[in-house]
Amino acid sequence: MADLAYLSITEAHQLLQDGKVSCVELTQYYIDRIKKFDATILSVLTLCDESALQAAAAVDKKIHNGEEIGILEGIPYTAKDMFLTQGIRTTAASKILDNFTAPYSATAINKLDQAGAILIAKVNQDEFAHGGSTENSAFQKTTNPWNSDYVPGGSSGGSAAAVAADFGIFSLGTDTGGSIRQPAVYCGVTGFKPTYGLVSRYGVVAMASSFDCIGPIARSAEDTAIVLGAIAGRDKMDSTTIDLDMNDASDNNDDELRIGTAQEYSNHPAVQDTVKMLAEAGHKIVDVDLPDGEMALAAYYVLVPSEISSNLERYDGIRYGESSKQAKDLRETYMKTRAEFLGPEVKRRILTGTYALSAGYYDAYYKKAMQIRTLIAQQFDKTFETCDLIVTPTTIQPAFKLGAKSDPIEMYKTDILTVSANLAGLPAVSVPAGVDSETGLPIGLQIVGKLGQDAQVLALAVEFQAQTNWHNKVKGCLV
Amino acid sequence: MTKISNEEIVHVAELARIELATSDIETVAGEVSSILTFVESLQAVDTKGVTPTSQVTKLTDVWREDDVKDCDISRDELLANTPQSQDGYVKVRKVL
Repeated sequence: MADLAYLSITEAHQLLQDGKVSCVELTQYYIDRIKKFDATILSVLTLCDESALQAAAAVDKKIHNGEEIGILEGIPYTAKDMFLTQGIRTTAASKILDNFTAPYSATAINKLDQAGAILIAKVNQDEFAHGGSTENSAFQKTTNPWNSDYVPGGSSGGSAAAVAADFGIFSLGTDTGGSIRQPAVYCGVTGFKPTYGLVSRYGVVAMASSFDCIGPIARSAEDTAIVLGAIAGRDKMDSTTIDLDMNDASDNNDDELRIGTAQEYSNHPAVQDTVKMLAEAGHKIVDVDLPDGEMALAAYYVLVPSEISSNLERYDGIRYGESSKQAKDLRETYMKTRAEFLGPEVKRRILTGTYALSAGYYDAYYKKAMQIRTLIAQQFDKTFETCDLIVTPTTIQPAFKLGAKSDPIEMYKTDILTVSANLAGLPAVSVPAGVDSETGLPIGLQIVGKLGQDAQVLALAVEFQAQTNWHNKVKGCLV
Repeated sequence: MTKISNEEIVHVAELARIELATSDIETVAGEVSSILTFVESLQAVDTKGVTPTSQVTKLTDVWREDDVKDCDISRDELLANTPQSQDGYVKVRKVL
């Protein structure tokens, strides 16, 4: 049998189509990997081995009959537990949804189903995606496949860890303030946050609806682009969705791009060599001013808790989810259910948001933050007058040790370079761009584009990976 | 430094329908105070005349036909996740 370790989508597709490996064998390979390594990594919340092997057998039948298969057909993947999956437990890593079985699937999951991709596991995250390390999961603390003393990042930490550990070829994550890009850095993989609205939010557990984006985490920008192609587009079930011309990324390759870099990060190891390389490749490097990161972070931590406090009202102990057994009347059902089954960070955010929206404080907090959101978008517009794409480090530091950021504010600050893109709705990708000299852990480069320029962002990421080998280092992370 | 009092946090928790144990009130008030202090820098920004942004899609007025569509999920399937149900209905505890 062929070597199955760390296959790309295209490689796996070719092996399947050529009959070098069966889809059942391929699927079993990932299930075995999970069984062998997940006792330490703890990324999987629900293993879907039976349904996955069944789906794999159907793909094998098709291949056996001489039919052509699509590029994603028979490709095993994992999904963050934010995605509703019909008939499969969906928890958002919260005790309040411990026993919740989704009655329907998210649009992104349905689209991947239709493309023939095979869901093999639902993976861990911070509870309701509130966090940057996956330590806020109500169930387990996922560890970084590069070094189990370190966090995988978050909130899509289970997804990034699963991709780094080769528990499937790609994963679906969600990104509200950096939750795809930051764990992608920490685990040495590629994570893409599309333009807001490019991927339907239907059937994805809501965090902050005007920010939430859905995107792929994979081991290359090329794989990321393939998955994005399958899940993107207008959905009648989500009226904020848009259609975009996702014209092949390679079309833009010949063009000389103006790439903006900011003085304050020019010496960061993720950026320094990259800028030289991009200049040598014929791109024009321009100095730009970035939107004020601290102002963006402050606005984000008003707006997002506010939207959270509203969205999470639905966990009331009545229609679905857990319900307190101690409650004697309706009011107590709400009060005790939410007290018993929501975790500490979720409560902090609900309370902060409720405060920011409450009478007397709305103008000072919520309205003010919405105005600053406008200013951030305007600052980006201005920056993009002189450049096509912006490159920055994705995070200032590589992964930190489990337990190292017990102060919530310290955790919030890890989002400083990622939240701005969410405030403005812009597409952004994180790619591995080096290794930290002190810890040996991966560091990452972020490429941010104009609204709707997702293809251009991915094209530069593909180009970067054609000239560097950092994205392949993950193949040796788990011995 | 923004400091919210114990009384205020109790009021906010009541609005959010989250019961706070008496022993937690002080801690939670402190935690929310530090978050509010962290976002305090907003107040220094001049936003006079700036239009607030509530969404970034640039879409306006997305319409659909107002007709009933079958959701393909049965009543039983929907009620399967309900903590308490009876005769095909969601059951709630007494209101008063």
